Amino acid sequence: MFNRIISLLAACLALAFITAPASAATPTEPLWPTLKYLYFGDKADSIREDATDLLVLEAPKRAEDAAIVPMTIKSLVPQTADKYIKNIHFIIDNNPEPYSANFHLSADLGLVDITTRMRIDQYTYVRVIAEMNDGSLHMVSRFVKASGGCSAPAGKDAAAALARLGKMQIRMRTPTIGEPVTAQVIVSHPNYNGLQYDQETRRYIREHRVTNIAISYNDKPLISVDTGISVSEDPSIRFTFTPTEAGVLKADVKDSKDQHFTQQKEIM
Amino acid sequence: MHRILLSLSALLLSLLITSCNSESNDESNNNYPIKKVTEGIYYHQGVHQDPSEQNIGAVANVGFIIGERCVAVIDSGGSYLEGTYLRQAIKVKTDLPVCYVINTHVHPDHIFGNAAFKEDSPEFVGHEKLPAAMAARQDFFARVFKETLGAAYEGTEFISATRTVSVDKPVTLNLGNRLLTVTAYTTSHTDHDITVLDNKTKTLWTGDLLFMERIPVLDGSLSGWLSTMEQLKTLDLNYVVPGHGTASSDLWQQGFENQIRYFTTLRDEIRVIINDMGTIDEASQQVGITEQNSWELFPQYHRRNVTASFVQLEWE
Ligand SMILES: [Zn+2]
Repeated sequence: MFNRIISLLAACLALAFITAPASAATPTEPLWPTLKYLYFGDKADSIREDATDLLVLEAPKRAEDAAIVPMTIKSLVPQTADKYIKNIHFIIDNNPEPYSANFHLSADLGLVDITTRMRIDQYTYVRVIAEMNDGSLHMVSRFVKASGGCSAPAGKDAAAALARLGKMQIRMRTPTIGEPVTAQVIVSHPNYNGLQYDQETRRYIREHRVTNIAISYNDKPLISVDTGISVSEDPSIRFTFTPTEAGVLKADVKDSKDQHFTQQKEIM
Repeated sequence: MHRILLSLSALLLSLLITSCNSESNDESNNNYPIKKVTEGIYYHQGVHQDPSEQNIGAVANVGFIIGERCVAVIDSGGSYLEGTYLRQAIKVKTDLPVCYVINTHVHPDHIFGNAAFKEDSPEFVGHEKLPAAMAARQDFFARVFKETLGAAYEGTEFISATRTVSVDKPVTLNLGNRLLTVTAYTTSHTDHDITVLDNKTKTLWTGDLLFMERIPVLDGSLSGWLSTMEQLKTLDLNYVVPGHGTASSDLWQQGFENQIRYFTTLRDEIRVIINDMGTIDEASQQVGITEQNSWELFPQYHRRNVTASFVQLEWE
C-alpha cells in the first residue's frame, strides 16, 4: 500500500514537471528538499545524511550511455538478525519519476553488495536511503553528469527487446558452500515507461514494465526489488550472497501486465 | 593629422570588410564551405567536435544531389541554422527546387535542419522506424539541445518522414534523369538506418553506417552493424560520403575495415570479461585500449560504446 501511494505521488509529481513550461530546461532548484517529504513524510527530517560509515554508492561521474548507467550499493556493516538494512530506497532526483526502486533485503544477505542499471535523463543527484530494521534512515548520494550528445534514455532496438521478452539468466561463477559468491539475475524486458511510440498503431505504447524482481535461496527471500520506470531495459540485479548449504537460487519477475517469469539455478 | 589618418584607415578597413562581405554573400557562406564530391553531388563536412553553439551543431556530413528536375537533400544539419546555411548553399548551385529531404537516421546532427526546407514542401524520406525513433527521443533531444546549441537551435522542429522505406524494399527516387536508390537496413548504427545511392555516379551516402576518422557511436546493434559493414564494404562504388569525415573514392574501404576492427576488438574483449562475471565498469576501463589513438573523440564516446555493447553481448 505504501508503495502504491509512493508511485502515485511520484507520477503526479512527474506530471507536474512534464506539463510545466519550464520543464524544457534542466531543473535549477534542488528537488531533494521537496522529494524527501513526499517520500518519507514525517520521518524526512530524521534522515541521517552522509552516512558514509554505513553505505557506499558507486556511480560513474558521467552517464556514458543514458539508457544504461550501472550503480552499486555496498554496506560497510554486515547484516545480522539484530541489526540489518531492511530497505534501500533508490532515488534519482531529476528523472521523470525520481523514486526508482525499493530493495527489500534479508538479514541473511551478509554484506550488501548490489549493482543495478538505471536510466538517467539529465544531470542529477542519485541517492540511496537505507532503512534499518529499527526504522532509522541513513543516506548517501552521488552526483552524475548527463551523457553528451545523442545518447537518449530510449531503447536501441525495441523489436529485439520485445522478441526476447521474458528470457532470463542467472549467472555466477562456480560457488563454494560457505563462501560469498556473486550472482547476476537479468530479465529481458523492454521496460516501456509509457513514453515510447508504436509506429504500427501510431499511438504511444502503454506502460509495460517490470514491477518486481524477487530473489530467494531455498525459498528464503534474499532480495526483493520493487522497480520503477528509471530501471533500464533488460533489468539486471547483481549481488553477493553466501550459500550456507546446497540448494536452489531462484528469481521471480513480475511485470505490469501481470506476467510472471522465473528462473532457477542449483548450487551443490 | 594623426586623427585624419586614423579615421581614413578605419574607413578603408570598413570598406574592405564590406566589399569582402558582399562578395562572399553572392557566392557562398565562407563559414560554410561546400565541397564537390562528383558531378552534381556536394557536401559540407562536419567538424570532429561535440555539438555546440559555436559550431552550430554542424558536426555531421550533410549535402545534396542535383538532378534535371529537382534536388535531394541528404541530412539537413545539426540545427535549424545549419539547415538555412545548407539551403543557401544549394541556391548558389542551382535554381531547381528541393523535392526530397532524406534523413539517414534520427540523430540530431542529421535531422535538426529539416525545418529550413519546409517552404520547399519536399517529401521527407526515412526508414519505416524513423517516426517511432523520433517520437521516443524528441522530448529528450529538445531539452538537451536547446541548451547545447543556444541560438542556433531556434527554429528547429522535429519533422518526421512523410515517405518511409522498408527493409528489403528499396525505394527509387527520380530527380530528373537521375535515379537515387534508398535502402533501409536492419538494426545497425541505429534501428532505422538508410543509405542513398546515386546510380548515375555510383556514389553512396552511408549516413552513420560509416564514420571516417571520428570514433563510431553505437546506438543500435553491435552484431547487426558488423554484418551490415561486411555487406557494404564489398559494393562496387566510385565515391562514398560517410556520415562523418572525408568523402572519397579510395579511402572508404579502409574506413569500413577500421570500424570492423574497432567493434570486433570490443566484442572479443567484452566476451572474455562477461564470461568471467566481470562488470560494465571493468569492461569500460580495460576494453579497446589498443584503439585509443586511432580515433578522434575517443574519450567522449568509447566508454559509451563499451556499455552499449556489453548489455547486448550478455544475450548471445
Ligand atoms: Zn548517428
